[in-house]
Amino acid sequence: MPTEYRTITEIAGPLIFVEKTAWVGYGELVEVGLPDGSRKRGQVLDSSKDIVVVQVFEGTAGIDRQSTVKFLGETIKLNVSRDMLGRILSGAGEPIDGGPPIVPEKRVEIIGAAINPYSREHPAEFIQTGISTIDGLNTLVRGQKLPLFSGAGLPHNEVALQIARQAKVLGSQEPFGVVFAAMGITHEEARVFMDDFERTGALRRAVLFLNLADDPAVERLITPRMALTAAEYLAYEVGMHILVIMTDMTNYAEALRQIGAAREEVPGRRGYPGYTYTDLATMYERAGRIHGRKGSITQIPIMAIPDDDWTHPIADLTGYITEGQIAVARDLHRKAIYPPIDPLPSLSRLMDAGIGKDRTREDHKQVADQLYAAYAEGKDVRGLVAIVGKEALSDRDRKMLEFADRFEQEFIRQGSEEDRTIEQTLEIGWKLLATLDEAWLTKVDRKTLEKYHPAHRSGTPGAAPKVPA
Amino acid sequence: MAMRQRDKGAAAKGTGEIFRVAGPVVTATGLRPRMYDVQFVGEEQLLGEVIQIIGEKTIIQVYEDTSGVKPGEAVMDTGAPLVVELGPGLLGSIYDGVQRPLPVLQKAMGDFILRGLKSPGLTREKTWRFAPKVKQGQLVGPGDVVGTVQEAKNVEHRIMVPPNFRGGKVVQIKEGSFTVDEIVAQLEGGEQVKLYQTWPVRKARPVKERLMPTIPLVTGQRVLDFLFPIAKGGTAAIPGGFGTGKTVTEQQLSKWCDAQVVIYIGCGERGNEMTEVLSTFPKLIDPYTGAPLMERMSLIANTSNMPVAAREASVYTGMTLAEYYRDMGYNVALMADSTSRWAEAMREISSRLEEMPGEEGFPAYLSARLSEFYERAGRAKTLSGLEGSVSVVGAVSPSGGDFSEPVTQGTLRIVKVFWALDTALRARRHFPAINWLQSYSLYTQILEDWFRKNVNEEWPRLRSWTQRTLQEEAELEEIVRLVGADALPPDQQLTLEVARMIREIFLQQNAYHAVDTFCPPERQFKIISAIKKYSDLGQKAVKLDVPTKDVASLKSRELLTRVKYETEFDKELAKTLAQMDEEFKKLGAA
Repeated sequence: MPTEYRTITEIAGPLIFVEKTAWVGYGELVEVGLPDGSRKRGQVLDSSKDIVVVQVFEGTAGIDRQSTVKFLGETIKLNVSRDMLGRILSGAGEPIDGGPPIVPEKRVEIIGAAINPYSREHPAEFIQTGISTIDGLNTLVRGQKLPLFSGAGLPHNEVALQIARQAKVLGSQEPFGVVFAAMGITHEEARVFMDDFERTGALRRAVLFLNLADDPAVERLITPRMALTAAEYLAYEVGMHILVIMTDMTNYAEALRQIGAAREEVPGRRGYPGYTYTDLATMYERAGRIHGRKGSITQIPIMAIPDDDWTHPIADLTGYITEGQIAVARDLHRKAIYPPIDPLPSLSRLMDAGIGKDRTREDHKQVADQLYAAYAEGKDVRGLVAIVGKEALSDRDRKMLEFADRFEQEFIRQGSEEDRTIEQTLEIGWKLLATLDEAWLTKVDRKTLEKYHPAHRSGTPGAAPKVPA
Repeated sequence: MAMRQRDKGAAAKGTGEIFRVAGPVVTATGLRPRMYDVQFVGEEQLLGEVIQIIGEKTIIQVYEDTSGVKPGEAVMDTGAPLVVELGPGLLGSIYDGVQRPLPVLQKAMGDFILRGLKSPGLTREKTWRFAPKVKQGQLVGPGDVVGTVQEAKNVEHRIMVPPNFRGGKVVQIKEGSFTVDEIVAQLEGGEQVKLYQTWPVRKARPVKERLMPTIPLVTGQRVLDFLFPIAKGGTAAIPGGFGTGKTVTEQQLSKWCDAQVVIYIGCGERGNEMTEVLSTFPKLIDPYTGAPLMERMSLIANTSNMPVAAREASVYTGMTLAEYYRDMGYNVALMADSTSRWAEAMREISSRLEEMPGEEGFPAYLSARLSEFYERAGRAKTLSGLEGSVSVVGAVSPSGGDFSEPVTQGTLRIVKVFWALDTALRARRHFPAINWLQSYSLYTQILEDWFRKNVNEEWPRLRSWTQRTLQEEAELEEIVRLVGADALPPDQQLTLEVARMIREIFLQQNAYHAVDTFCPPERQFKIISAIKKYSDLGQKAVKLDVPTKDVASLKSRELLTRVKYETEFDKELAKTLAQMDEEFKKLGAA
C-alpha cells in the first residue's frame, strides 16, 4: 500500500506542492484524498528530493493542506478492451453511460510511445468521404491527420459528422470504427454528436470520451490521450480502421496554457508554453499506419480558431504538424453554401499518394489542379471587379468569374446527406472545366483532355459515366 | 545485431544521484563532469548530456522519455562527449537523433520506440572489402586516406587517419574483408586506424583551408538554378508557412542535386515524411550515376514526437556525418528540415533551465547557435589536400508564416541564399511556391562564370531579362488593379503575357511529374530562350499593330506550355519553335 502524505505546502491553481515524500517518479499518477472523503487524481509534473509538484485533473477546489496525497507508483493507464465499442466514457476514461465498468483486456499507458519512423507505412489508401471538396481537391487517406480549421459559429461539427457517416475505403469490407474525444465542448454540441451516432447506428462501433465545458479544464490534457490510446488498441491490436475525431483542440491548448501559467513557465507566443508544438505533436503523430499491422488511425482534429486568425499558435502549430488542413470558411457559410469548405487554403499533403490510376482515377490530379487554379483565378477576378467593374474585364476574366460562381454552387455545395462518389465529383469538375477555353486548361495534358473533356468524348463509346442529373 | 541492454557498471568516470526530474531535464548531485559529457541517467541508464553545472548540481538533458524516473536513482558519468561513429555503412541508413539505427531499434523494441536501449551507429556484423592505398613505411598524417571501401555502387568510402591522430609511418597495413571495428593500419607510435572512427558531434571537423564557393550545386529546379542558385559549400534557408512546400523542396533537392552524398535530417517533423523518403528514394535513380538514390543518402529521423533533447542533438549528428564525407573529398548536401524545430528544442530546454529568455521565449544564444551550425558548411581543402564541400539547406518554419520571427531572422543573417516560400503562391498552386521578388542569392555573381562556361554564354543575360520582366509585371499589376488591363499600351500588355509565360512555363515545376521533376540546366536554358524568342517576336508583332490577344493565343504558345513535360524534349521543342516561326511569319513579324 503506498504511503499517504499530509505534507501539502502550497496549492496554486491546478497545482499542489508536496514535500517530505519518498522519492517519486516523474509522471507518476497521484490520488488526493479530500477532507470530505472524495478523491481526485493528478500527475507528477516535477519531482525532486525537496518538493513534488502535482497537477490535479479535477481541479483543486476543496483541497486543503490537510488533504492526503498518495503516489500510486505508476504512470496513467487506461483499461482497454474490445467492449469499449459502443460506450460513453468521461474525459478521464470512466464509464458515464450507466453501463458496467470496462473489463480490461489490457492496461496501457496513455502517453503513447512514438512509432518508429522505420515501422511506418506510407498512407496511400483513398478514403471516400462523399464530400467533393475533400475527395476531389483535398483527398483524405488512411493514416492521415487532417484537421478542420474552423471558427466560432461555423458548421464544423456537421462536416465532421458527415465525414464520420460517409467515410469508406472503396471495395473494402474491413472493420471500421470511430473514437470521439470531446474537450470542453458544450452539452448541446456533445448531444448533437451522440444523437447522430445513435441515429445512424454508428454508436455501436464508436467509443466516446467526453470532457464537457463544465468539466475540469486540466482533465482536457488527458482526454485526447485516453482516446488515442483506445484508438491504438483497436487499430493495432484488434485490427480496425479507426477514425479519431478530436474536438475542440483550442480548448485543449487553453488547458495547456493554464498549466504552464500556473507553473510560472516562460511563455512563448500568446502565452502558450514553448513546448506546445511538441505536446501537440505527441498526439497528432499517433495517427498512421504500421507495416504488417492491419488497422490504421486517421485523425480529424477540429479547432475553432480564435478570430479566424490562422497565425494563432494553435492553428499555426497544428498546421505544421498535421498533413494539411480543411478550411471551413466564413464567407462561404455566409453565402449559405454547405459544406463551406474553401479549397484554396485547404490542403491535403498525402493526396498525391492516394489518388490516380487504380486508386481513384487517372485524371484526378490534373482535374484537381485545374479546378483549383481556375477557382483561384476566378476569385482574384472578383477582387478586381470590385475596383474596375465588370465592363473592364477581358473575356478570360469574365469566364473565370462565372466559373468561380458555378464552382461554388455546383461543386462545393452539396447536401449534408449527399454522398457523392469520386466519379461524380470528377464529372462535376469536368462539366465546369468545359465552360472554359480549352487552351486555358494548362494543367491538363493532351491525352487526358481528349479522354475526359466532355467536348471530346460526347458520344464516344466507353466514355466515362455521365453525371446523374 | 550488436544490441544490448546498457552495460551496468561500464567504464565510468564517476557516479552520482538524481536530485530532480522535470521532463527531459534532470538534475543530479555528486558528479564532477565536464560540460556536454554523456551521462547515463537512472536505473534504465537513459542517455543524457550535461548542459549546465551549478555548484554541486549537474543539469542533464535526457534524450529519452523520463516518465517514472525517480530522485535518488543513480547517474553515471561516462567522461566523454556525445560522439557518432563514422565509417562504412552510414549510407542507406536511417538513424534517430543520436545515431541509433531505427531498424535495429525496431528489431529490439517493436514498432514503437521504447527507451533504455543502446546500439552502435555502425553494425559490427557486416564485413567490408578494404583496399589499401598506402604502403608500409609510408608517412601518413591526420586526414590522409589509407585505403578504400566500396560502400555503395558509386560511393568509394575513403578510410582516413582520424583528424585527432598524430600520424606517422605506417608500420602495418592490411588488405581483405573487415568489420568496422577491426584494425586495418598500425602507425608508428601505436596509433591504430580502424574502418571507423568516432567524433564528438558538437565539434567541427578540421580542414586545411577554406575555399571560395565557385561551383553551383545544380538542383534541376528551374527557379533555383536559374534565378537563385546555391553554390557547392553554400548555405540556403527556405522559410515558409505551413503547406508552402518546404519539405517538398528539401526532398526535391535531395533527389536531384548533384552532390555525391546527401544527409537528410528530419528534425522534429512528421513521421510519414520520413516514411515517404524511405519508400520512394530507393526506387528513384540518381540522374548523375544511375544508382538508386538511397545509396547516396543517410537519414536522421527525429520526428516531432520523439524526445526533444535528441532533436536538439540531431542537427549536429547530421552535420558531423556530412563533414566526414567532405573530408573524403566529396560534395555533400545537408538538408535540415526543420531548423525551427531544433530552435524550439533549444527553447524548451532553456525554459526548463529557467534561463532568461530572449525574443519570443527563445534563448538569447539562439543566433549564436545558428551561426555556429551554418559555419560548419563550406567548400574546403581537406587535411589530406582533397577538395570537398558541405552545402546546407535549412528549412525554417516561422510561426504564423511571419518572417520577422527570431529563427528566420537569425538564419537570414548568416545564410547566403534565401528561398522565400509564399503562402499566396501556394494558394494559387504555383509550385515551387518560391517568391521571385523576395528571394535572393548572393552567389549569383560568383557562379556566373560557371554557367557561362558550362551551359551557355547567354545565361546571365537571359537571367537578368527574366528578372526584369517579372519585376515589370509586378509594377504593371498595380496599374492593372486600378484601371484594368485593357488600359495598358499593347507592348505592356504583351509584357504581362510574357511574364505569365515565365511564371507558368518556366518557374512552375511539377515535382510529381516524371519528366518535369528534374530539369537539367541545359534544358532550363532552352525553355527560357524559347520564351524570350516568343517575347521578341511578339513585341515585333504588336509594333505592327497585331492585337495582343492574337499574339497571346497562338498555337505555339500552348505547345510551349506542354513541352517541359515531354520525354522527347528536344524534338518537341524544335517542333514548337518551328511552329512559332511559322505563326509569327503569318502575322508578318518573323
